[in-house]
Amino acid sequence: MSDTHSQTVSYVRDTMLAEKTPPVSQVGAVRWVRENLFSGPLNSILTIVGILAVWFLVGHIGPWFLNAVWHAGSLSECREILQGATGACFGVIKDRWHQLLFGFYPQDAYWRPTLTFVLLIVAVAPVLFDRVPRKMFWFSILYPALAFWLLWGGTIWFPVVAMLGFVIAVVIFRVLTPISSLLGLIASLVVPVMWWLFLTAPLADSLSQALPIGIASIKSDQFGGFMISIIIGVTGIALSLPIGILLALGRKSDLLLVKWICVGFIEFIRGVPLITLLFTASLLLNYFLPPGSNFDIVLRVVIMVTLFAAAYMAEVIRGGLAALPRGQYEAADALGLDYWKAQRLIIMPQALKISIPGIVNTFIGLFKDTTLVVFIGILDPIGLSNAIRADSNWNGIYWELFGFIALMFFIFCFSMSRYSMYLENKLKTDHR
Amino acid sequence: MSQATSAERAVDRSHMQVSDEIAIQISGMNKWYGTFHVLRDINMTVQRGERIVICGPSGSGKSTLIRCINRLEEHQAGQIVVDGTELTSDLKNIDKVRSEVGMVFQHFNLFPHLTILENLTLAPIWVRKTPKKDAEEVAMHYLHKVKIPEQALKYPGQLSGGQQQRVAIARSLCMKPRIMLFDEPTSALDPEMIKEVLDTMIELAEEGMTMLCVTHEMGFAQAVANRVIFMDQGQIVEQNEPKEFFNNPKSERTKLFLSQILGH
Repeated sequence: MSDTHSQTVSYVRDTMLAEKTPPVSQVGAVRWVRENLFSGPLNSILTIVGILAVWFLVGHIGPWFLNAVWHAGSLSECREILQGATGACFGVIKDRWHQLLFGFYPQDAYWRPTLTFVLLIVAVAPVLFDRVPRKMFWFSILYPALAFWLLWGGTIWFPVVAMLGFVIAVVIFRVLTPISSLLGLIASLVVPVMWWLFLTAPLADSLSQALPIGIASIKSDQFGGFMISIIIGVTGIALSLPIGILLALGRKSDLLLVKWICVGFIEFIRGVPLITLLFTASLLLNYFLPPGSNFDIVLRVVIMVTLFAAAYMAEVIRGGLAALPRGQYEAADALGLDYWKAQRLIIMPQALKISIPGIVNTFIGLFKDTTLVVFIGILDPIGLSNAIRADSNWNGIYWELFGFIALMFFIFCFSMSRYSMYLENKLKTDHR
Repeated sequence: MSQATSAERAVDRSHMQVSDEIAIQISGMNKWYGTFHVLRDINMTVQRGERIVICGPSGSGKSTLIRCINRLEEHQAGQIVVDGTELTSDLKNIDKVRSEVGMVFQHFNLFPHLTILENLTLAPIWVRKTPKKDAEEVAMHYLHKVKIPEQALKYPGQLSGGQQQRVAIARSLCMKPRIMLFDEPTSALDPEMIKEVLDTMIELAEEGMTMLCVTHEMGFAQAVANRVIFMDQGQIVEQNEPKEFFNNPKSERTKLFLSQILGH
């Protein structure tokens, strides 16, 4: 009995088994194709249909790209070169790329928007990537005034005096907040606005007369192309986030007046189409401004686009705030953090992190919506494509222009989307 | 007559002397949620160094009571004086009280986007204006105390529940509070982690910290509390020394409650 038992239970291996190769169906390409393309009858059919569709598309678009004509001065010249074959006429891009990028900005001043764009990358870097030295933030703060001066030109004193308004705001806030936080907030909003409305222009004028420093002034009706899309888009993006945050907080405020103002603003802006706001900016706004004041059309559009995006942003951020557990607020309160510190250190970092996909969604939407300015006569890329077609040389050319414009927009929007994924990954601390 | 007034004065003075020793004074405090009367006429004095355990069935208002002490909840009538500061709607007083009173929550409420060390140094740096380096030293001291210094650079999500709760206790201690409030600190923990948190709390009690603790850990109450308060329907029903409270409960409600939680 015990012998049998020991025979079945105790066992010693004397030779180790060599490793064998797995069956063909389990390795490499064969396995991958089986699992991913032909794992069942329906999937096999879909795979074949898919391959056919791709074949069809490539068969039609391929020649268009392959036969593309880059050296041609007009559409008819393209057609002569192609001699009836299908082919793109990218000659128009080669001929008019500078217009698509800069509109009717003077050619000898192209360096100005180009430099502005390069500096934009420098200014944005410390905001986007935390490996960039923190001191660079000072440049980011000064950048808006510098960009304004480079693009519009004129005396340097105007942007300098305008920036002083922000300095005044900060000083007032610092001085008054210890006395009363509400008073500090209101005063630091009202006084700078007064500064900009009534003091900035005369002060800048007298300064520039005393000390004329400046570059050639360029009117904004010469702006156009991607330059205008980027000006409106980037300013809108940069301003709509902070305004959206304030609106979202205001909407949750205990102060009834603040709450009503924020709710009213958000609901009104969300309730009207952007195009009506743009028409308001281009046509109606002048009636409300003091007579004689000439408020730049691009700035008016930027303001409208910003307000529009800010209302959406506020709702996106409110979603993030709602997703935070109440315990986070309580823990912040219990540690003695005041409202603004709690918001800045505890609540917003988490709420914004949750809202990243929605925020970037709004950014991308805003950037693409900048093409709507074509309806109020600003020559954005779409408007320029019409202008280019109006030239008899390029009358009738559509695909190449729209393809180029689409590609440029895609590059910008896709980078934003990639960056948001990078950011989400970087901020992931929940280790789920 | 003049003697009477001088006697009154003497009483008053002695009262003031006592109140020097008083950490928390709650008198005639009432609170409503809408029309629901959650806390009814609470009177309670906590001496400095006292360890008080508050127990009672769920919905009896015990959590609400301690949350009123650092004004996470607002009371509508009566008076709460913490460390000589009366809690009113004055934000300065509230912030002052909150920075003196530590609070530990049932669900830890650590800040998930910050490392353990950042969780601990945040309030000292931003509320107390401690230099970062000093704050980190203090934080490491308390992390050693709760026996998890090696977790300093991890995020809360990487820690077990017991470890998170010990971090939460350390986070409160970094503010050098004079009073600690515990709101069911072990109810969200797995059984094997309850002990490590209770050990931390007992250590704290031995050092003479003034503690108010809402808990159902009766072992803890017997070991460290010098008073147990039983609440039901928003009222203090019975309070006594732990020995008397557990061996010789007076009220029927207390007896029923104790038989229910000690019965199995």
